[in-house]
Amino acid sequence: MTMVPITLTHFLLISAALFALGVYAVMTRRNAIMVLMGIELILNSANINFLAFSRFGGLNIEGQMMAIFVIILAAAEAAVALAIVLNIYKRFTTVNVDDISLLKD
Amino acid sequence: MNLYEIVFYFFAALTVGSAAVVVFSRNIVYAAFSLLFTFFGVAGLYVLLNADFLAVTQLMVYVGGILVLLLFGVMLTNTTLSVAIRSGSLHVLPASLLAAALAGLLGALYWTAEWSVSVRASDIAAETTSKEIGSAFITSHLLPFEVASVVLLVAIVGAAMMARRERTTEQ
Repeated sequence: MTMVPITLTHFLLISAALFALGVYAVMTRRNAIMVLMGIELILNSANINFLAFSRFGGLNIEGQMMAIFVIILAAAEAAVALAIVLNIYKRFTTVNVDDISLLKD
Repeated sequence: MNLYEIVFYFFAALTVGSAAVVVFSRNIVYAAFSLLFTFFGVAGLYVLLNADFLAVTQLMVYVGGILVLLLFGVMLTNTTLSVAIRSGSLHVLPASLLAAALAGLLGALYWTAEWSVSVRASDIAAETTSKEIGSAFITSHLLPFEVASVVLLVAIVGAAMMARRERTTEQ
């Protein structure tokens, strides 16, 4: 069994798999917190791409700086989203995203 | 097969496998705990990409912060713990078609594209990146750094205000 050396493509393929899994979770899950987990998967796949291009594409530190800002925004997003989810739960006593359709009525 | 490849395939399998558990598990608590392994595997991939500072940041922010926050969310929004904490799913067929199409498209694109690779994976540079990142934060990336800190402050204050049980301002 001959193994090809680890290249940029290997990391990009992992990131593609994580991205597809995250999109699937966002689309299928009814629980709002599971949707958030899918978003975190998508952000992680984007970060892997940033770091892979930073490492193999000769971008030096630029890709890593961008990944740090992605992590910062992910933390802010998770805090605000959890607060919104708690408020939704207080008001509707459910966190199923398809039960919260007040604007449609 | 050298050590770098073994470690890479280990972390790759850990990341993708536990991400699949996150996505397909019916139990939210199981999903949250396998998200821990996904974040850990991604941190391992960061180390393999010579991003040691990012790997530690990933562990501290994602595992120490976001994951705990998600678990708190799971616990606070499911008051009846004895009833199984489950999450239904919908649109399974179109979602799996779209996800498969996305994975196939991205994978084919990544596989066939001729990337202009300037560094080979085999020559691993062993220098740390924290010094470079620190000096970039106070020189070339000063403005985004300050903006990000303000965004974080506003988000934390706003989230704390929104998540409070009783509003003292209400009469």
